[in-house]
Amino acid sequence: MTEPGGGSSPDKDTAGEAELTRDQNRTDAPGVPAPGAPAGRQAAEPAGGTGPEEPTGSVTQRFGRTVLDSILSANTVTVTVLAIFIALVVGAILIVVSNPTLTSEYGYFFGAPGTVLADSWSVVAAAYANLFKGAVFDPATVSGAINGTNSWSQAFAPLSETLTYTAPLVFTGLAVALAFRGGLFNIGAQGQAIIGAIGGAVIGFDLPLPYGLHVIVALLGAAAGGALWAFIAGALKARSGAHEVIVTIMLNNVATLLLGWLIVQKGVHDPTRTDAISKNVDKTAKLPTIPGVDHNIVRVHLGIVLGVLAALGIAWLLQRSTIGFRLRAVGANPAAARTAGMSVGGAYVLVMVLSGALAGLGGGMQVLGTTASSLTAQVTANIGFDGITVALLGRGKPWGVVASALLFGALHAGGNRMQSFSHVAIDLVFLVQAVIVIFIAAPALVKAIFRLRAARSGGTPTTLAKGW
Amino acid sequence: MWKEIVLRPARGMRLVSVLAVGGLVLAAAGCGKPPAKNNANGAPSASGKPTHGCMVTDTGGINDRSFNSSAWKGMQAAASKNSNIKVDFTQSASEADYQPNLNNFVSQKCDLIVAIGGLMGDATKASAQANPNQKYAIVDDNLPLANVFSIQFDTAQAGYLAGYLAAGYSKSKTVATYGGIKIPPVTIFMDGFVDGVAHYNQVKNAHVKVLGWDKAAQNGSFTNDFSDQNKGRSLSDAFVAQGADVIMPVAGGAGLGTAAAAQQANGKYSVIWVDQDGCVSAAQYCSVFLSTVVKNVADATQAAVAETSAGTLQGGTGSIGTLANNGVQLAPYHDFDSKVPAELKTEVDKLKQDIISGAIKVTSPAQPMPPAVGSGTASVAPSASAVPSSSGSAVPSPSAS
Repeated sequence: MTEPGGGSSPDKDTAGEAELTRDQNRTDAPGVPAPGAPAGRQAAEPAGGTGPEEPTGSVTQRFGRTVLDSILSANTVTVTVLAIFIALVVGAILIVVSNPTLTSEYGYFFGAPGTVLADSWSVVAAAYANLFKGAVFDPATVSGAINGTNSWSQAFAPLSETLTYTAPLVFTGLAVALAFRGGLFNIGAQGQAIIGAIGGAVIGFDLPLPYGLHVIVALLGAAAGGALWAFIAGALKARSGAHEVIVTIMLNNVATLLLGWLIVQKGVHDPTRTDAISKNVDKTAKLPTIPGVDHNIVRVHLGIVLGVLAALGIAWLLQRSTIGFRLRAVGANPAAARTAGMSVGGAYVLVMVLSGALAGLGGGMQVLGTTASSLTAQVTANIGFDGITVALLGRGKPWGVVASALLFGALHAGGNRMQSFSHVAIDLVFLVQAVIVIFIAAPALVKAIFRLRAARSGGTPTTLAKGW
Repeated sequence: MWKEIVLRPARGMRLVSVLAVGGLVLAAAGCGKPPAKNNANGAPSASGKPTHGCMVTDTGGINDRSFNSSAWKGMQAAASKNSNIKVDFTQSASEADYQPNLNNFVSQKCDLIVAIGGLMGDATKASAQANPNQKYAIVDDNLPLANVFSIQFDTAQAGYLAGYLAAGYSKSKTVATYGGIKIPPVTIFMDGFVDGVAHYNQVKNAHVKVLGWDKAAQNGSFTNDFSDQNKGRSLSDAFVAQGADVIMPVAGGAGLGTAAAAQQANGKYSVIWVDQDGCVSAAQYCSVFLSTVVKNVADATQAAVAETSAGTLQGGTGSIGTLANNGVQLAPYHDFDSKVPAELKTEVDKLKQDIISGAIKVTSPAQPMPPAVGSGTASVAPSASAVPSSSGSAVPSPSAS
C-alpha cells in the first residue's frame, strides 16, 4: 500500500492495465463495442494521471531510496500514521482537561510541575492502557488463562470484541469506498444498512429454513435490501442526474422512519413484548460463532471472515475485472468514459447497487451476528456514517478499508473498556476518530506540522470523489 | 507547493505568539501552591466491605434529563449518604455496546449493575444468565431472573391525576398528549392521562376532548424521536390549532419544543411535563409548566444501591413505584399555584387518596407486572415496594413475606 511516489489513483501501470483490459474486452465482454478497446486506453489516461518516471540505479539503491522517501515524504502511509498520532495526542490533552483532579492540579502547575506532569502522564497512560487492553489483550487475563484462574476465552475476549465491531464497518467502508472509486459519494450507506438489516432480519424470523441455508438466504436478503435502496439513488442519478448525495441523504431518513414504522407492525413486531422491538431472528439464521466457546464472552462471528472475503472480491473487481476498469474509468472522468463508448449511467447504477449490497450486508451483520438478534429503532447504530470515515481513512482502497475498519473497531472496543475502567467518556474515542479523519482529509496540515517534504509526484490525494 | 514556502514563516510567527500568550495565561493561572499531602484522608471511614454500584446507560446518555440522569442522581445520592458506597457509570453509544459495557462491569466485580431501560432487557438477560452470581437491577423492565431486581413504575396512576387536572384546568375543553416512541414506558403516561380526563368528564358531566392518544385503540401521535424539538413543536402546534390548551408531551427532549412554543405563545396554552419536575430539570420553561408527572427513578436506584450495601436486595423481586410509595407523583404547581382553582386542587388530592386506597383502579395495558421467578417468590404487591423519597436507609425488601 506504500506506493512511493504513487499517483492519486491506484493505476500504477496504466499501460499494462489498458493492455489487459483490451484483451478482456476482446474475449469476455461482448457488450462493449469494438471501439472500446482503443478508447479504453484513452480513458485510462486521466485515471492514471502522470505516470511516475522510471527510476534508475541499482535495485538496492532504488529500494533504499524508496523506503527513505516513503518515510520522510508526505505519502499516504506517513500521513495516516502521523494523523493517528496527532489524534492520540489531542485525545491525551482532552483526557487531562476533562479530569477534574488534574485540572485542579494545573492550578499550581508551577508550584510542582513534576508532580502535575507525572500525574497527568499516569492518568493518560492508564486510559490508553485500558484502550489497548480492551482492544487487543489484557496481560492479566492472559496470565490468568495460563495459570488456569480464568478461561482462555476471556483472554481472547478483547480481540474478539474488536473483530465484532470491525465486521460491519468493513462492509459499510467497502460500500462507500467502492462508490468513491466509481465517482459517487454514497452518503446513504446508513440507509442501505438499515434496509439490509430489515431484509436479513425479516428472512431470519419469518422464513423457516434449515441450518446453513437459512443464514445464506438471510445474508442474500440483507444484500438485496441494501442494493435495492441504493439502486433508487443510482437510477435517479443515471436517468435524471439527481445528485446522489442529496438522494442518499434523504433515503437515509426514509429508511430510518421505515424501520421505526415496520418494527411495530404485525408479523414483524414481537407479540410477547409491548415495546418497539421485532421478533428474534431464528437460531438457524445466525452467523456461526467459534464452536465450543461461550459466545457471550467471545462474540466474534463469521462476519469478519466474510468481510475479508468481500474486500478480496472488491480488490479483484476493481483491479482485475473489466467491470472494475469501467467503474474506475467512469469515476475518474465520466466524459472520457462516455467518449470511449462506456455507459456512464449504467456504471453509476451498477456501482450503487454493488455499494448498496455491501452496506446491506453490513446492516445484516448487526442482526445476524452477535450484537443484536432483533430489529430495534437503532439496531444498525452508526455503521453507515462510520463507513464514510472508514473509507476516507482507507483511501478508498479495499485493504485500506479493512485496516481502517480494524482500527475503528479496536478504538470502539477499547473505548468501552477505557470508559468503564478509567472513566474516560466513550465520546473521546469518537473524537479521536474524527481528528484522524480531519488530518487525513487535510494532509497539508500534517505536512506542515511535521515539516514533511512533498512526495516526488502525486503526493497525497485530497479528493476521493468527484461528487460535486 | 510554493504556497507552503510562502506561508510557513507567517504561520511560524503566529504559532510563537499563540504559545507566548498561552504561556502567559498558564503562568498567571498556574502560580498557586500545591496543597499539602494528606495521607490520612484516604482511609475509608466506615468499616465493612465497600459496595460498588455500577450503572450502564442506554443510548440516551447520562445527561438525557430523563431516566438515565435521574437514575445516576439516585446512585450518587446513595454514595453520598454512605461513604462505603462507590458508584460508576458507563454510557452506551449504541445498542451494540450494551453487552460489552455490562461485561466490563462484571469483570470489575461490581456489587450491583444497574441497567437502564427496557431496550437493555435482552443484553441484561444474557449477561445475568451467564453470570448467576452477579447482581443486577434494571429500570423499566421486568426480568424474571433470580439475580435481577426489576425497578418499574406504575406511571398511569400519576398520569391519571394529570389528566384530571388538565381537564379541570382547560378552558377550551380540549387537551392533548403525544409520545416519543410507542413503547410501554411512554404510553402508560398517556393511558393514565386519557383515563383521568374521562374520569373528569364522568364526574362533572363534562365533554373534555383528548387529542393525540386513543387508549382503546392504543394509537396516537408520536414524534418517533426523543431529542428533536422541532418534531415535538410541530405536533403540539397542530394540537393548538385544534383548540388544545393543555398539552402533555411524553417525548423527553423533543417535548422541550412544545415548552418553548408555549412560552412564546404567552400563556395561550400550558404544558404538563413528565419524568422529572419540569421546574427543576427544564427550569427555563417553568412559567408554562402546569405540573409534572414525576417518575422517581432516582429514589428507586438509590434504594437499590443502599439495599445492596446493606445486603438486603433480593434478586428475582422488584419494586413498582406507585402513588402510595411516592414512586410516582404529581409535582407541585409552582408558577400555576395561584392559577389552579383551590377546588380543583382539593379534587386532585382526593383523587390521589382514592387511587391509593384502591377506590379507583387505574388500568393500562402497559402497566408493570411484578417479576415472577419460578413459583414461590411471585408475590410482590404493587404497594409493598416501599420507595421512600426521603430516607436513603435500607428499605425492607418487597418480598419480605
